[in-house]
Amino acid sequence: MTAVVWGAEAWAEVRSSLDRCIKCTVCETACPVAAVTELFPGPKTVGPQAERFRTGDHSPDLSVDYCSGCGICSRVCPQEVRIAELNSRARAELKRERGAPLRDQLVARPGLLGRAGRPVAPLFNWAMANPVIRWAGERTLGIHHKAPVPRSTTRTFSYWVGHHAGAKSARRVVYFHGCSTQWYEPHIGQKVTAILEHNGYQVVIPKQDCCGLPLQSNGLFPAARGAVTRLARQLVPGGTDDLPVISSSTSCGLMLKREAREILGADSPELRSVSQRTYDIFEFLLELHHRGELRTDFKPVPLTVAYHAPCQQQNQLIGKPALGILRLIPGLRLVELDRSCCGIAGTYGVKREKYEIAMRVGEPLFADIQAEGPDLVACDSETCRWQISAATGATSVHPLEILHRAYGGS
Amino acid sequence: MNTWDTDVLVIGGGSTGAGVAWDSALRGLHVTLVDRQDFATGTSGRFHGLLHSGGRYAVRDPGSARECASENRILRQVAADCIEDTGGLFVSTPEDDLEYADRFLAAAQAAGMEIEEVPVGVAVRDEPRLNPKIRRAFRVQDGSIDSWKMISALLRGAQDHGATVLPYHKVVQVIRRGDRVEGAVMEDQRSGEEVLVHAGCVVNAAGAWSGQVAGLAGCEVGVRPGKGVMVAINHRLARAVLNRCHLPSDGDIIVPVRTVSVIGTTDHPVADPDDTECSPAEVHQMIEAGELLVPGFKESRALRVWSGSRPLLPKTETSAGAGDREVSRSHTVLDHGARDGVEGLVTIAGGKFTTLRLMAEDTVDVVVRKLGREAECRTRTEVLPGSESHHFYWIGNRQQEAETDPPDDPLICECELVSQHDLDTVVARRPNWRLDDIRRALRVGMGPCQGGFCAFRVAGMLHQGGRYGRAEANSALREFVQERWKGVKVISWGAQARQTRLDRWIFEGVYDLEHLPE
Ligand SMILES: Cc1cc2nc3c(=O)[nH]c(=O)nc-3n(C[C@H](O)[C@H](O)[C@H](O)COP(=O)(O)OP(=O)(O)OC[C@H]3O[C@@H](n4cnc5c(N)ncnc54)[C@H](O)[C@@H]3O)c2cc1C
Ligand code: SF4
Ligand code: SF4
Ligand code: SF4
Repeated sequence: MTAVVWGAEAWAEVRSSLDRCIKCTVCETACPVAAVTELFPGPKTVGPQAERFRTGDHSPDLSVDYCSGCGICSRVCPQEVRIAELNSRARAELKRERGAPLRDQLVARPGLLGRAGRPVAPLFNWAMANPVIRWAGERTLGIHHKAPVPRSTTRTFSYWVGHHAGAKSARRVVYFHGCSTQWYEPHIGQKVTAILEHNGYQVVIPKQDCCGLPLQSNGLFPAARGAVTRLARQLVPGGTDDLPVISSSTSCGLMLKREAREILGADSPELRSVSQRTYDIFEFLLELHHRGELRTDFKPVPLTVAYHAPCQQQNQLIGKPALGILRLIPGLRLVELDRSCCGIAGTYGVKREKYEIAMRVGEPLFADIQAEGPDLVACDSETCRWQISAATGATSVHPLEILHRAYGGS
Repeated sequence: MNTWDTDVLVIGGGSTGAGVAWDSALRGLHVTLVDRQDFATGTSGRFHGLLHSGGRYAVRDPGSARECASENRILRQVAADCIEDTGGLFVSTPEDDLEYADRFLAAAQAAGMEIEEVPVGVAVRDEPRLNPKIRRAFRVQDGSIDSWKMISALLRGAQDHGATVLPYHKVVQVIRRGDRVEGAVMEDQRSGEEVLVHAGCVVNAAGAWSGQVAGLAGCEVGVRPGKGVMVAINHRLARAVLNRCHLPSDGDIIVPVRTVSVIGTTDHPVADPDDTECSPAEVHQMIEAGELLVPGFKESRALRVWSGSRPLLPKTETSAGAGDREVSRSHTVLDHGARDGVEGLVTIAGGKFTTLRLMAEDTVDVVVRKLGREAECRTRTEVLPGSESHHFYWIGNRQQEAETDPPDDPLICECELVSQHDLDTVVARRPNWRLDDIRRALRVGMGPCQGGFCAFRVAGMLHQGGRYGRAEANSALREFVQERWKGVKVISWGAQARQTRLDRWIFEGVYDLEHLPE
């Protein structure tokens, strides 16, 4: 194994991975976007092949913008070509050059949208549910009028944290909750805290800002780099440099684990350290279980739950740890949905020109869900949950909500 | 025997011969140009691809530097479509003498080069793969020049002015009556037929082979072929040409040419210019040398290796003969009338691709005087066909075009983005294409897979379109694939070895290439 490199060197490493492509076409057959639209020529074409025609001065190709960034190609490539990472960079160059449209700037700053919406949350939610306003949004902002958009909340997660008297313990973890928990789904953060505390941990929840992932996926790299290095500083409260950092948002966890290094070429001492110590919540719990440390005082949960592992979590290369934990819960009928992608891929599927594509990508998954008719759909990624509920009408939850219920929570 | 008269018969369809044809045709002469193979298959198709800024010669050979600097400027004006404006950097690596850098800067300025010293930090920011340990950096007007585009533009231009050009016509006999050369006999390498051309003047532009051609006329030209090896790396490691700032030596330049980076070169005297073997030792020497400019160079995927022979004229040749015009330090026009008492034959020897226009001008100046048809040279300002818009070629051009290709025009070479329409257009231009000629014209099979995925498509399409019979298609494919493999044999490690394995499975396992019906 070669040493892990950071900064510009990390990107150089990703770029040279194009040399490993032997044109076998495996990636082309696995890409969910190329399968449903002719607008996207496929991973081999826009990845290792097109990269040879890019100099970094001027982007020759536009079709790479249709790559959703789901990362499936990079996972299936037998030669370890970093196709999705190459594409991310190319999209960024494209937007840097042509200027990201206003819509990309907006969906790229969930804090901004959340903040703008919060003081008037009921009004904001009404507006987002109002078809006339959504049509206007599509015309002016390019956000598809049917695209799933989160509901804003009146009380942020930090508000709750401020009023939460956490247990003290010698065993401590840092919780990285991400923006969606902060602005839209504070109950997720509350449950994560409860589960960790139930297992004897003191949960340190520092003040934290956005990780920069949406900025990155919309090509706003310098801003994204700034965001992730700032976040890494925030995640070492009191200079702690040995605590596990727990993430309940798959995409935000992936950002810290890999993308900041491999796609953004970001680098700082805190980032290097935090990146190594970041765990997906279920990855962490499963390790506890393997060590015999997970509490298993579960109440039966007599429900049928269909589980979808989101791409961003698959890209962490940790398997599907949520399955390992949910299986322990008595009474639960667990169905694994073995489909690749729901289509949304972060903010991809909310864009006007990509909404239809995203819906077609998700079709096999939606069909499975409808055929199964589960009580709940469980998925670790917030944007995927919104997409699945919008497309199928099923109630979707984070798998930790089910775990929380098994521990006796409501 | 097919016979005709011409004012000038040019032997050799490399950069020099093509330049002479263009210049002569512009001056109103009727030109016939022949080559024993396809055009641009001699040294001109096997060179490094650098449009010299002059920097390489600044310290040791100021005359050449000055020539390069001014010819570079002219070619950018008249041949933009054949040139990529990559810019170039001369950098002092940790192994290079810093004192040389001062001499270099002064000499470059004296030679009239546009040169600017840039802070090391800026150079490294612009070229992220460049060795961060460099100590000085100079920006110059290097570019890369595409041999096929350039030579075909020159020939097309000449043809537009009435020239006849014949590929695969080898000069087998020079017609000499008494002390006068009156023409030559060519053998068509494909049909075996002979043609006879009577010429007012014969120009020997056979490069490293010019000694052989002069020999057919009973003259001696002591050209000494100097072989140089180059290795192409799968993608561009830098945007600009990277040169080591030191006294020129082996493997000290990396040129971004089309989709690849080419490192070179060496210089070994060889007896036969057709000796193009590249030894593993030479390849390793190049790969190691690249490390100094681009750390990690060794790990990059080497795509192909080849060599070419410089048409070097020793000093005695350039300065001795009575009546020779030592028009330049780097090339010489030998007037065999004044030199050997053999009229009607002029040899142009030495030189570079970059100075092809000047070489042609100097040669044709002598030719028109001999023919008594004096006319002004026009190549300084006459724009070549294809370059009218003055837009430099850019690496992204094909990618940009491929985006707009209609869906019913499939890519046949994915690596180099060649579509079926491109293939149809090229084969319609001339009958009798060999697969290797199509490769030169379109770059089919020059990408990472080295023909693994496109060679059989092209052969199949040419068969389907009725241009190849079955046996012809099969043997063309076999010949092409074997030729490609020759170029990867000595570099088959790492990623390229895996590719070669897969290609072999396709050709031997799926197609059973060895046993395709004749
Ligand atoms: C390794 C190497 C790298 C180089 N790199 C550069 C560079 O980066 N930049 C630069 O400016 N210069 C470079 N040069 C120099 C440059 O390539 C040559 O000077 C130039 O291409 C020579 O062109 P030519 O037309 O004289 O010769 P060729 O291109 O060799 O043309 C001679 C032609 O004559 C034909 N011929 C031979 N015998 C016969 C016959 N009997 N009948 C008919 N035809 C015949 C041959 O087939 C051949 O096509 C390089 C040279 C070498 C060797
Ligand atoms: S990241 Fe996903 S959408 Fe993009 S090329 Fe890869 S598989 Fe296709
Ligand atoms: S799967 Fe990997 S090696 Fe195969 S074509 Fe795609 S990028 Fe190339
Ligand atoms: S990825 Fe997570 S932390 Fe980053 S912006 Fe999104 S929600 Fe916020």
